[in-house]
Amino acid sequence: MNRNPPQLHISTSPFVTEGSTTGNLMRQVIYALIPVLIAALWFFGITALLVVGAACLGAMGTEWLLRDKQTPNTLPDGSALLTGLLLGLTLPPAIPLWMAALGGFIAIALGKVIWGGLGSNLFNPALLGRAFLQAAFPEAMTTWVAPGKSFFSLYPTTLAPPLFKADVTVDSFSSATPLGMIKFDEQLTALDHLLIGNIGGSLGETSAGLLVICGLVLAFRKVFDWRAPLATLLSVVACSFLLSWIFGTPEPGFMLLSGGLLFGAVFMVTDPVTTPITPKGQWIFGLGLGFLIVVIRIYGGLPECVMFTILFMNALTPLINRHTQPRPFGG
Amino acid sequence: MMQAVAGFRHGVHPREHKTATNGIAVERMPFVDTYTIPLSQHIGAPSLCLVQPGQLVVRGQMIAAPNGFISTAQHAPVTGEVTAVERRPHPTGDMVETVVIETDPYDDQHIRAVPPNTTDLVQAVQNAGIVGLGGAAFPSHVKLTLPEGKHAEFVIINGCECEPYLTCDHRLMLEQAEDVVDGLRLIMNQLGAEQGYIGIEENKGDAVDMMIDLTLYMEDIHIVPLKVKYPQGAEKMLIDAVLKREVPVGKLPIDIEVVSYNVGSTAAMAQLVKNGIPLVERIVTVTGPAVGKPRNLIVPVGTPIREVLDYCDTDYGSMQQLVLGGPMMGQAQKDLDAPVIKGTSGLLALDECTVARCAELPCIRCGRCLEACPMFLNPSRLAQMVRAGWVEELTGAHQTNCFECGACSYVCPSHIPLVQLMRLGKAMIREEQKKRPA
Repeated sequence: MNRNPPQLHISTSPFVTEGSTTGNLMRQVIYALIPVLIAALWFFGITALLVVGAACLGAMGTEWLLRDKQTPNTLPDGSALLTGLLLGLTLPPAIPLWMAALGGFIAIALGKVIWGGLGSNLFNPALLGRAFLQAAFPEAMTTWVAPGKSFFSLYPTTLAPPLFKADVTVDSFSSATPLGMIKFDEQLTALDHLLIGNIGGSLGETSAGLLVICGLVLAFRKVFDWRAPLATLLSVVACSFLLSWIFGTPEPGFMLLSGGLLFGAVFMVTDPVTTPITPKGQWIFGLGLGFLIVVIRIYGGLPECVMFTILFMNALTPLINRHTQPRPFGG
Repeated sequence: MMQAVAGFRHGVHPREHKTATNGIAVERMPFVDTYTIPLSQHIGAPSLCLVQPGQLVVRGQMIAAPNGFISTAQHAPVTGEVTAVERRPHPTGDMVETVVIETDPYDDQHIRAVPPNTTDLVQAVQNAGIVGLGGAAFPSHVKLTLPEGKHAEFVIINGCECEPYLTCDHRLMLEQAEDVVDGLRLIMNQLGAEQGYIGIEENKGDAVDMMIDLTLYMEDIHIVPLKVKYPQGAEKMLIDAVLKREVPVGKLPIDIEVVSYNVGSTAAMAQLVKNGIPLVERIVTVTGPAVGKPRNLIVPVGTPIREVLDYCDTDYGSMQQLVLGGPMMGQAQKDLDAPVIKGTSGLLALDECTVARCAELPCIRCGRCLEACPMFLNPSRLAQMVRAGWVEELTGAHQTNCFECGACSYVCPSHIPLVQLMRLGKAMIREEQKKRPA
């Protein structure tokens, strides 16, 4: 038993903390993305890993290059890696790798650092990077492929050097996404294919069943607020049910499982920084998002609209926050 | 009882750490050589000293008188000799005017007291030096006096003890259950209140059962088991849970016909009326990872902290932080010569300093603080306002509603010192109001 005069720390209460940290939350989301990445590998082969890797490299490299020399290194908090993963998993499988890396650079540089770093950005960085790619390289960003090629073979476009036009005709390997098929060919994909994920689409978004499981795990572990994603999905179901009942548009089940909706709901709508902080705001965000997704998918020209819709709702977040401040106790 | 357990909204669930002490009977700490009794141990004006150095005092004798209505008396915790009246270390970190008493080693320290004349209970409670023993140390007699035009319908006794580690109220309810009920009856009679409630968190099931047995035939006294959640023991949260009434912003409980008391203060009032014993000692939970023999002790007010820690075999080498009170709202202490005072509910010797370990990161707007805040504030936004110095916006956002429970800082994954910024903000608002002409 030590009886030396103690050196005591002075601080103010509270003296205990719950123990969750920002890095910890980021890591949990990253772990939840690992099964999604494995599914992408299964469906799209080694290119999935290359694309996601290029996006991560672009994101983390940018985070390191543009770091504030005065503050501690921000790479260990995992947010740059997470942005890279999210971006990579929302890209089409056959995208040239240099574009994926450029997307990572834009995501961090224009999506985060320029706003003042983690926590200050208005738009979801990964989606901002993707929006840039969509605007800059519309062809590459809308060339979808069907799963099922051999594991180690690459798409002809994958290793295309920067700014050179890929020397292949796109049609030779492309296939449409379920949303594209129903929009332009009026051809409905079976729900079991949507659930499992052996369909065309972005790397991480095809397996609806897996995304639901990941989302539930994260929600039960209280990594994110369940309100906004739940509100989004409820809103999509309600709106598409109404429209399908009146106008015979695609049914809620198809709407729910197709496209980037589930990936967006589980991994983008749950980004705390770019969604409302208030519980009421979370509901408004989700309900509005779901409504817009259904309307744009059915009446707009861009069936893969989840990205732009989330970015649009991101822009509304400060406004939603301002008008949903909680009622004070006893007020 | 099959009905849903009452509780308040929001709040947090810290680990309880109560099992080290809640099963052990309260023990009386042996008398030590010297006691230092600060004249200010309560909210309000410091007491007026009645003794001089060299004077002999007996245990329970008043050594300082109330100085005004919002003030209370101090008593000698031991029979002995006053050796000094001077400024000594106080748990708040200040040097405060203090009566120093050397214990008479040959005295049996038997307390000689006569029950007071209860026709004036307010006066008796004030002269007995009874204050809120939950930690705030607000003089108890003040709440026994109804302001002009007010009526108290309900009296709520606070047996929540929602702070982790602390078990002094739990043990008190088990060992002095009758005192608590008698004290409640006293308060109800004094205020003319019709209904009495004792709110106890469910994790003290034995205390709940004991209280229910004791009050079985009392139709106007209700035992209310409450959900285990921090800060259930905060006055406004307790009232909300028991009566489903919110104390309006800027108002007091009496404005919604409620008066609440801590169980310890209630039992102290019963002891005063039954046996004439003033507040010369209190139950203190001595616990924490650095304490060798954690337990609840009856400690005379004025006992140096060092003596109490020594008695409980504290390992000073591993003690990194010493907290007076609970870990959520207590105060860190540096000077072990400072005494245990009336508001000291616990001595918590921690073997790590959480604050030193965690660097602050940017807010990621996760909203956990909003879901923790029992006053429904938005601590994240308020903290930004404080840092920006927007006093007017702070006032508009009802920032003064914050009672500094610390739930926001507890949950924040970015380790932003939220409750600390809240305190700063409240100070800024006070400054601003001082500047403004009344």
